[in-house]
Amino acid sequence: MIEMYKEWYDARHEYAKEWKKKTGGKVLGYFCTYVPEEILYAAGVLPVRILGSHETQNLTEPHIFAMFCPFCRDCLAQGLEGRYSYLDGIMIAQSCLHVRQAYTSWDLHIPTEFSYYLPMPHHVQSPHATAFLRGEYELFIKKVERWTGRKITDKDLQRGIDIMNRSRNLMKAVYETRKKEDVPMTGLEAMQMVVSSQMTEKAEHARITEGVLNELEGRSRGKEKATRVMLLGSENDDVKFIEMVESLDAVIVHDDHCTGTRYFWDTVEANGDPLTSIAQRYIDRLPCPTKDWPERRRVERILQFVKEWNVAGAIIIQQKFCDPHEIDIPAIRTALEDAGVKVLFLEFDVTVPVGQFKIRVEAFLEMLSGDDLF
Amino acid sequence: MDKYKTEPLKLWNKAKELRLKFYENYAKAHEKKGIRWAGGAWTLDAVPRGLGDDVWSLTSEPYSASIAYDDDFSLRCLEATEKAGYARDICSYIRNYWGSIILNEYAFPEFSKTWPTPDFIFQDHICCSHAKWYQVVRDLEGDVPMFCVDVATGPAIESDGDNFRYIEMKKHAVDYVVNQCLDAIEWLQKVTGRPYQDELLRKAIYNHMRSTSTWAKICELQKNVPAPLDEKSMYSLYVLGTLGKAGQWCADFYDDLYEEVNDRVARGIAAVANERVRVMSDTQPPWAFLKLFRYLEEFGCVSIGSLYTFGLIGQWEMKKDGTWGARTYPKTIDDLPKGREEMLAEYIRFEINKPEWQHFYHPKLKSAMMLKIARDWKLGGAMLHFNRGCEGLSVGIAENRLALQQAGFPVMTFEGNMGDERENDKARVKARVDAFMETLGLKRDFIKQDKKVEEVMV
Ligand code: SF4
Ligand code: SF4
Repeated sequence: MIEMYKEWYDARHEYAKEWKKKTGGKVLGYFCTYVPEEILYAAGVLPVRILGSHETQNLTEPHIFAMFCPFCRDCLAQGLEGRYSYLDGIMIAQSCLHVRQAYTSWDLHIPTEFSYYLPMPHHVQSPHATAFLRGEYELFIKKVERWTGRKITDKDLQRGIDIMNRSRNLMKAVYETRKKEDVPMTGLEAMQMVVSSQMTEKAEHARITEGVLNELEGRSRGKEKATRVMLLGSENDDVKFIEMVESLDAVIVHDDHCTGTRYFWDTVEANGDPLTSIAQRYIDRLPCPTKDWPERRRVERILQFVKEWNVAGAIIIQQKFCDPHEIDIPAIRTALEDAGVKVLFLEFDVTVPVGQFKIRVEAFLEMLSGDDLF
Repeated sequence: MDKYKTEPLKLWNKAKELRLKFYENYAKAHEKKGIRWAGGAWTLDAVPRGLGDDVWSLTSEPYSASIAYDDDFSLRCLEATEKAGYARDICSYIRNYWGSIILNEYAFPEFSKTWPTPDFIFQDHICCSHAKWYQVVRDLEGDVPMFCVDVATGPAIESDGDNFRYIEMKKHAVDYVVNQCLDAIEWLQKVTGRPYQDELLRKAIYNHMRSTSTWAKICELQKNVPAPLDEKSMYSLYVLGTLGKAGQWCADFYDDLYEEVNDRVARGIAAVANERVRVMSDTQPPWAFLKLFRYLEEFGCVSIGSLYTFGLIGQWEMKKDGTWGARTYPKTIDDLPKGREEMLAEYIRFEINKPEWQHFYHPKLKSAMMLKIARDWKLGGAMLHFNRGCEGLSVGIAENRLALQQAGFPVMTFEGNMGDERENDKARVKARVDAFMETLGLKRDFIKQDKKVEEVMV
């Protein structure tokens, strides 16, 4: 069943087209994980995350100044190439400046029925952020209702919450299994699980994940002696890189990415009003660095993951030019090193020099295993 | 033969004095038992003014620009920051500023030999790097108390791509920003141990409105041919607004400046005696390469300003006759509401319209404002600085270029960095200017080398 994740990941466009044909529903592409998918599920819309393809291109040159991160250019390129022509709508929840440009250029140049910019607050540590976000959700709901011609009731919202929470809880349960010494699921499989959940209908994905949980019981990857590594940084769905790391004597047991835990870790806690509950979830979730201030709350969570998943070394992945992550890196590095976790830092572009990185990862793993000897 | 009369600004020395006084006041605040605080050029600086008249700030962007203007010191700052592990592509203002802390050197050694640590930080947040900038300042300086206000509540204008109109700020958005400010006031009292005075807040809000609206009025005068000011001089004048827009000294200075610029218009005094073509620029200039503007003048080309110089602090509104002009504010201070919360709400509703905040949501909003300037200020083209130093103001700039071109305005772009000299290729930029001037049909005039006084304040 685990293979299903890879199939979905590889055939994301076919899946969405098929879904449309089957249901007659609308598909909406979104650019950042702060988009409240609960509301979209409540409206019967299928949200799919727009991600890049890791191919070189120059289509985006006239649209995004080259000092912005390769990820946002890669995302926009998918639209300009026409690969998402089946989308009925696009949206973003106020994100980092980089990926915001993929959305705005898309909005300008690729005609779409529905386009929405949701002003997601940055000051998520303020006690007033939830009320503001709730106000924005109300406006958003009105727009979605007009678009789909269908009223969104509290019952619908509750259904949206249940769908999202079920998916989140199942993926968390899968991550739990990675605490085992003989890790039953690789980092690549985990990444494909999370990213495919961003591209498929959540209920269907959850059904598969339930089966996967059974499958994982007693499954061995033969990696009990491998070095336990955590990946951290901006978005990362670079298959070749992850494969390379795990082809060595390493196993990825956890991550802090928006294609990983930052996306699904926190659930909606019911507090009476569904809209406030949803808003509270996005305010309290594992933050992206753009919203992680004045305190760096992310660090606490990272250290907790490190401890509970028994992480020996961390690889920090940096999307070139991504200022919010770059600004956080020295502090995160220090926190990890203070906790006794060694760090390898790698800078990513659209395509990564796997050969060069392999030498560095090998040296890093060797250093970590050297630590075990003494 | 010069086409127009020209003469230096009478208020130039006064502007220079005010700017130096600002950096001196900050550095020496503790000598007089005053308070020092740090924040960005866009921070809601009327708020800390309620703590007293002896509360002095250091404004990060102009401070960093001052460092950048001194390329030797800037290079030392940038290198110190890189050595501390920070990436070379982070905002160059930030890197200059952190470098100054790491080196423990103040850019104005005549006032302080060492870096004057602030007593607290009060910042706004709309660019992703705003609050993050100061988070690291705290790492470097040992936990200075910090409060940041998120002002990214959504656009204040809407546009069809060509024209734009203002929209009202939503109630839940006003509440969000006002509530953060109310929390900030409680926090300020706690961290400074001082009582807060609403009357001082009132004065500061009024001064803020007066300064930012008057600056827009001054920019409106740039519609005149010949332009009474050139952009290089405007940098030295708008900077006072970035330093102390909520201060009486700033509002008063802009009133005087308006009088003088108006008088220049009445007497036909030009900034550039051979003005033949008018252009605008965009984003912060490469501060160590301001000679670029003098080079333009050799062709009779004057940069009359930009959305950046007009709208970084200037406050604007759409007038009934369709012109874009200075934002209206209460006639007298007594017309401001009385209660703290209501006063803040009025302040926020005024401030949220800042032109330079709109492109953070969509480049089409900025394109529409740029087109308005291009048409109403009678421009022949635009020269856009693709600024590697500032992701905040470069967001969407490639789309702005396309929009201007589509509307028929010739555009020249050049890559550079406002605060990292290592990324400025002067010869290449000049070559691009040559080609651009050729497309505008301009030939270079003979300019006597001693004719211009090379002085600027940033
Ligand atoms: S880095 Fe943060 S803001 Fe940017 S796309 Fe990822 S989660 Fe969203
Ligand atoms: S990137 Fe630009 S807007 Fe952002 S903090 Fe730096 S100077 Fe300010």
